[in-house]
Amino acid sequence: MQITRGITSPFERLRAWLERRLLSVQDLARRYRSLQLAGLLGPGVFWLVVFFNLPLAIVLFISLVERGRAGGIRSPAVFTLESYAQFFDPLYLGIFWSSVRIATLVTLGCILVGYPMAYFISQRHPRWRDALLLLVVIPFWTNFLVRTYALKSALGTDGIINTLLLSSGLLGRPLELMFNEFAVVIGLVYGYLPFAVLPMYASIEKFDFSLMEAAADLGAGTWRAFYRVMLPMTLPGVVAAFVLVFVPVVGAFITPDLLGGGKVEMIGTLINRQFGVARNWPFGSAISFILLLLVLIGVVAYFRSGSEDRRAL
Amino acid sequence: MDNYAIEMRNITKRFPSPGGVDVVAVNDVSLRINDGEFFSLLGPSGCGKTTSLRMIAGFELPSAGEILIHGKVMGPTPPFKRPVNTVFQHYALFPHMSVGENVGFGLEMKGVSRPEIRRRVGEALAMVRLSGMENRKPKQLSGGQQQRVAVARALINRPEVLLLDEPLGALDLKLRKEMQLELKTLQREVGITFIYVTHDQEEALTMSDRIAVMNSGVALQVGTPADIYEHPEDRFVADFIGESNFLSGRVLEQDGDTVKVELDGGLQVSAQAGRPLERGQVVNLAIRPEKMNLTAAREGDNCFTCRVEEIIYIGTDTNYRLRLAGGQSVRVRAQNSLPSSQIQSRVGDEVRVSFLPEAARALVE
Repeated sequence: MQITRGITSPFERLRAWLERRLLSVQDLARRYRSLQLAGLLGPGVFWLVVFFNLPLAIVLFISLVERGRAGGIRSPAVFTLESYAQFFDPLYLGIFWSSVRIATLVTLGCILVGYPMAYFISQRHPRWRDALLLLVVIPFWTNFLVRTYALKSALGTDGIINTLLLSSGLLGRPLELMFNEFAVVIGLVYGYLPFAVLPMYASIEKFDFSLMEAAADLGAGTWRAFYRVMLPMTLPGVVAAFVLVFVPVVGAFITPDLLGGGKVEMIGTLINRQFGVARNWPFGSAISFILLLLVLIGVVAYFRSGSEDRRAL
Repeated sequence: MDNYAIEMRNITKRFPSPGGVDVVAVNDVSLRINDGEFFSLLGPSGCGKTTSLRMIAGFELPSAGEILIHGKVMGPTPPFKRPVNTVFQHYALFPHMSVGENVGFGLEMKGVSRPEIRRRVGEALAMVRLSGMENRKPKQLSGGQQQRVAVARALINRPEVLLLDEPLGALDLKLRKEMQLELKTLQREVGITFIYVTHDQEEALTMSDRIAVMNSGVALQVGTPADIYEHPEDRFVADFIGESNFLSGRVLEQDGDTVKVELDGGLQVSAQAGRPLERGQVVNLAIRPEKMNLTAAREGDNCFTCRVEEIIYIGTDTNYRLRLAGGQSVRVRAQNSLPSSQIQSRVGDEVRVSFLPEAARALVE
C-alpha cells in the first residue's frame, strides 16, 4: 500500500494540530513563568518601593527644602541647600567626628572581645558550640531598651559595680561610670557584640588549624603564627564584623541618649533631636543623607577591596 | 653519645575519651632510628603511627617515656624549637601566601635576610623541580606540585630529621609511584633522616631502609624490608605485609631453628622458629604463596598431595587454591615463566605441593 504525497493523511493533520497546540502551550508556559516571577518578586518589590524607596525619596526631598515654623516643611516648598551647608558648621562636624571616634572605639572593642570568644566557641565540641552560639544570640531576643536600662543599673552610682567596689573597701567614693562616653562605649560594645562574634566565628570555624601546626613546625611561636597565618586567613570575618558593627553604631541614638545622659552627642542623637525638640526636619534629613552617603562609600570600598583580594587568590 | 637520630624510650600516649576510659594510642613503644636512615612507620589506620610522629614533632606530648633527638631529651619542647620539620598529609600549605613565601616561611621565622631567603628558596624549588614557581599560589598547583612545595618548605630549614605523614596519600597511583622514587632519591642526596608514616606496605617496602610495623599502638617488629617480609615474627606482620597462608598445628619437637609441627589433620611438616617453643604448643605456620611449589616430586618431607579447588590466571602468575589432606586450604602462586605457560591441572585434580622448611615460620599466637 502506498500513501500519495501531497494529500495530508488524518495522521499528519493530527500531528500538525498537536504541534500548534504545543506551541501555544509553550507560549502559555512562558507567559506563566513571567507571571510566576511577578508573583514571587511582587511582594518584595512592593514592600521595598513603598516602605523603603518612597520614604527615602521623601527624606531626600525634605532635606532639600526650607523648614517650616513649627516643624515639618515650609509650604509651598522652597528648594535650598542650606541644610547641607549647615552641617559643615564646626559644631556639627565636631559631633560627626566624635561619632566616628566612638564608633571606631566600639568596633575595636567588639572585635577585641569577640575574636577570642569566637575562637573559644569554635574550639568546643560541636554539641557545645551550638549552645554557646545560642547564648551569644539570646540577648537579641530581649528588647534593646530593656538591656540598656539593665546596664544603667549596673553602671550607676548606686549600681552593682560601685556597690561591690565600695563595700569591699577598694574605693572611698563611687566611680563615675554613667552619663559619659565610657558608659556609651560599654553599652554599645555590649549591644553590638553578637554582630562581631558571628561573622568572625564563621571565618574561624572554617580555618584549618593544621596550618597553625605547620607554622609552629616551621619555627613560628604562637603569636607569630597567629599574626602571619590565622589572622590573615580569618581577616574576612574581622572586616565583616567591622562593617556590621561600625555602620549601625555610627548612627546609634538610643544608647548615647540613655547612657550618655544628654552629655554625649552623636550623629544619631543629633538627627533624633532635629525631628523632635529642634523641629528642623530639613536639617535632620540632610544629616541622615550625609551619613548614608559616607557609610555607602565605606561599604563599597570594602567590597571593592574584598573582590580584589579574591581575584588575587 | 650514641648516634641515633631519634630515640623513643618506652613511649606511651593516652587520650582521654568521652566515656571516661583513656584510649591508649601508643603503648610502650621503644625505637632507635639511625642517622641518615629512611625509616618507615607502617600499620593500619589507628595503629598509633601518626601519633608517634606527632610526638616526635612536638604536637603531642607523650604520657610516659622519653623522646631524644640526636641524644637531646625533648621533654616538653614546643614544635617551633625542635630541630625537625614535617611534611603534612594534606600539605598544610598557607593558601594566602605564594609558593615562594611558603617555602621561605621557616627562614623568615629564623630572621634570615631577604636576599638570602630568596636565594635559598630558589635552590629549594630547583631541588624539587619547581624552579620559577615562586609567585604562584598553592591553589594554582597540581597535587603533585603542592606535595613538592611541602617537601621544599620543610627541607629548606635543613632539619636534623624530616617527618612525613602519609605525604603521598592524596595522589593517584601513577604519581604516587613517581613521587616514591623522587623522595627516595632526594633523601639520598640530602642525607637527612626521614621518618615516613604510611599504611601502604608496598610503599614502605620500596622506600625504606628499615620499617617498624605497628598495630594497636604497639611496634610489633622492626627490621629491613627483606627481614620483615622473609622473617615475620608475628602473625599480624605476616598478614599485613604481603600475603600469607596460615596453617595451625602443634609442636612435636624443636632442634635449634628447625621445628617439627603436626598440622591439624595429621600432616607433619618442618618449619623455622625464631624462638624456643614447647612441645605440644599451638603454633601457626606462615607460608608465602609464592614460596610453595607445585611439583612432580613424590610425597615426603614438606611435600603433600592436595586437591585443586580454584585456579585463577592473572597473567604473570597463576593462583591456585588447594585443600590439604587435613582439611586446611592454602593459596599457591606459580609464576608463568615458560614461553607458553600452560596450566596443566584442572579443578578437582590432585597435585603435589612442596615448600622448604626455611619458607615456613612457626608463629605463636
